[in-house]
Amino acid sequence: MFIIVAGGGTVGYHLTKELLAEGHEVVLLEKDPKVAARIAEELGPIVLARDACEGRWLAEAGVVRADVVIAVTGDDEDNLIICQMAKFTSSTPVRTIARVKNPKNEWVLRQLGVDATVSSTAIIKQLVEQEIPQYAMAHLATLREAGLEFVEFHIAGDSPSAGRRVGDLQLPAGTNLILVLRDNTPIYPDRDTILRGGDTVIALLRTEAEQAVRRALVGEAQFYEVPR
Amino acid sequence: MYVIIVGCGRVGSALAMMLSQEGHEVTVIDINPAQFERFLGEDFTGNTIVGDGIDIDVLRQAEIERADAFVTATSGDNHNLMSAQIAQRIFKVPRVVARCNDPIRGATYEKLGLRMVIPTTIGAEYLRRAIMEEPAPPAQARGDSQPPADTPR
Repeated sequence: MFIIVAGGGTVGYHLTKELLAEGHEVVLLEKDPKVAARIAEELGPIVLARDACEGRWLAEAGVVRADVVIAVTGDDEDNLIICQMAKFTSSTPVRTIARVKNPKNEWVLRQLGVDATVSSTAIIKQLVEQEIPQYAMAHLATLREAGLEFVEFHIAGDSPSAGRRVGDLQLPAGTNLILVLRDNTPIYPDRDTILRGGDTVIALLRTEAEQAVRRALVGEAQFYEVPR
Repeated sequence: MYVIIVGCGRVGSALAMMLSQEGHEVTVIDINPAQFERFLGEDFTGNTIVGDGIDIDVLRQAEIERADAFVTATSGDNHNLMSAQIAQRIFKVPRVVARCNDPIRGATYEKLGLRMVIPTTIGAEYLRRAIMEEPAPPAQARGDSQPPADTPR
């Protein structure tokens, strides 16, 4: 693949090296000439000391035959403009990926035409939820295009769903409880399954219904007591 | 009219003062509260919000849903372009205008459907007319990013 990376900070530098090592053709655009020169010393003439926010430099970098443009500067607004400029400048379709610092901007940038976004804040938070099992709720995976999420819930003895039939829970339409892990044994729940404290429930739900499902299963709790 | 202005520098604050003196409801957003003290006169009757103009929660705090007009006037082109697009495409504000100093970038976003004001082009045009001792452009053309039609090329 031919990939244009915009932004030669720590992320852009290491990303470029990784992509080159995998055999991709890469051009790196970095607007600070000193930073660009330092990277060019190591990686060669694939580095252009140009501002990727300007269409003419994206054109010079070869955006018309690029498969992907990845904007990884430190500013969300710059990354948005780079992705939009790439689409505007190129006469052929180009996929755009933007790094986002403020997790709220992931949604905003996709609304404004960026194909994919990456937020290190969101990724680290997801890992924290999964690695610290005391969290009442952890995101496992997101199917963005479909607006669906896999979420894991930890039911405590005093959770609103403990001791209740699945069929009696007030779950929003489109919510599927896929799996209950009880003492590490999988149970495929139906309407008559009764949830217990200590259960781990894996649900497939619509993104906008996340808070409603959470209230029904674990209430307002952020953390739950680890069962002994 | 209810107008939201992002950026309380010289341009944003002057616009805010004008509109509030004309009796419009105005909210000015700036990340730096010192800008309000520095540039807004005591007779400014509008609201101020400390926050980032590209943060959708800050814009909601400014009640962007009921805004009639939205202006971005910071010195950062990309910040203005992102903020204006959020107002136009996500919150559907009826009138959105963005300041952009780079004429090329401004022309691109005008093609993408955003109304732009390019102070650099306008400033150069005024300076040229002053040198040539020609009258200033007519009032209705002043806000336009394109030079007036009668400009000799």
